Amino acid sequence: MLALAAAAGLVRPGEAFAQQWNKAAFETKSVADTLKALGGSGSTESAQIQITAPDIAENGAVVPITIESGIARTQTIAILIEKNPNTLSANFEIPEGTDPFVTTRVKMAETSNIYAVVRADGKYFHAAKEIKVTLGGCGG
Amino acid sequence: MADPMRIRASMAGDKVEVRVLMSHEMETGLRKDAKGAVVPAHFIQNVTVTHAGKTVLSAQWGTSISKNPFMHFRFKGGKPGEKVTISWVDNKGERRTDEVVISGG
Repeated sequence: MLALAAAAGLVRPGEAFAQQWNKAAFETKSVADTLKALGGSGSTESAQIQITAPDIAENGAVVPITIESGIARTQTIAILIEKNPNTLSANFEIPEGTDPFVTTRVKMAETSNIYAVVRADGKYFHAAKEIKVTLGGCGG
Repeated sequence: MADPMRIRASMAGDKVEVRVLMSHEMETGLRKDAKGAVVPAHFIQNVTVTHAGKTVLSAQWGTSISKNPFMHFRFKGGKPGEKVTISWVDNKGERRTDEVVISGG
């Protein structure tokens, strides 16, 4: 429906934000490819990004992740799971007035690094944390 | 039709603390049923949270968000009695919108 409207020139990209879904980014299979698909050409490791998550997840189907960015003008926070079948899990847009902080729960297929990728003032920053998974949560 | 979201929005200092639990299978498209047939992907792709006509959070999700998704965040500018509205759309075009009134701290 939206694609049709876009093709007909009725909706310009960016106008119908809520309906947009970055298919290319969600199909990526590595951290580097995800970063590229999100629009970043490189990323700087930052100690100002805090990932709060368990060191060991007994159930990979439900792994709580909290990400908080201390970087000024944080615009987006993405959660990447390196060893999942598809790397990108979520991308949150943080408008002005909303704290650069989000908690959600993700599925992990196996023990993996989790990356938090933050876009702030157009630049990309990241932090990583390894989570050991006892029972994978993507197959069943 | 999916079950209603469970939303809590309450004041925490000058900010509104929002917690939401959605009811959705979040099928990855990689799982097989008892007969060995692949269960098609069925998952929420877009989430939008608005307050007073302004988007206070939006998200794009993939298949690795857990079943019955949970989300917690905070925003400035809300007051008790005002509404917070949350909408989602999944990959099959199903959608759901629910709202909650902000409670005092």
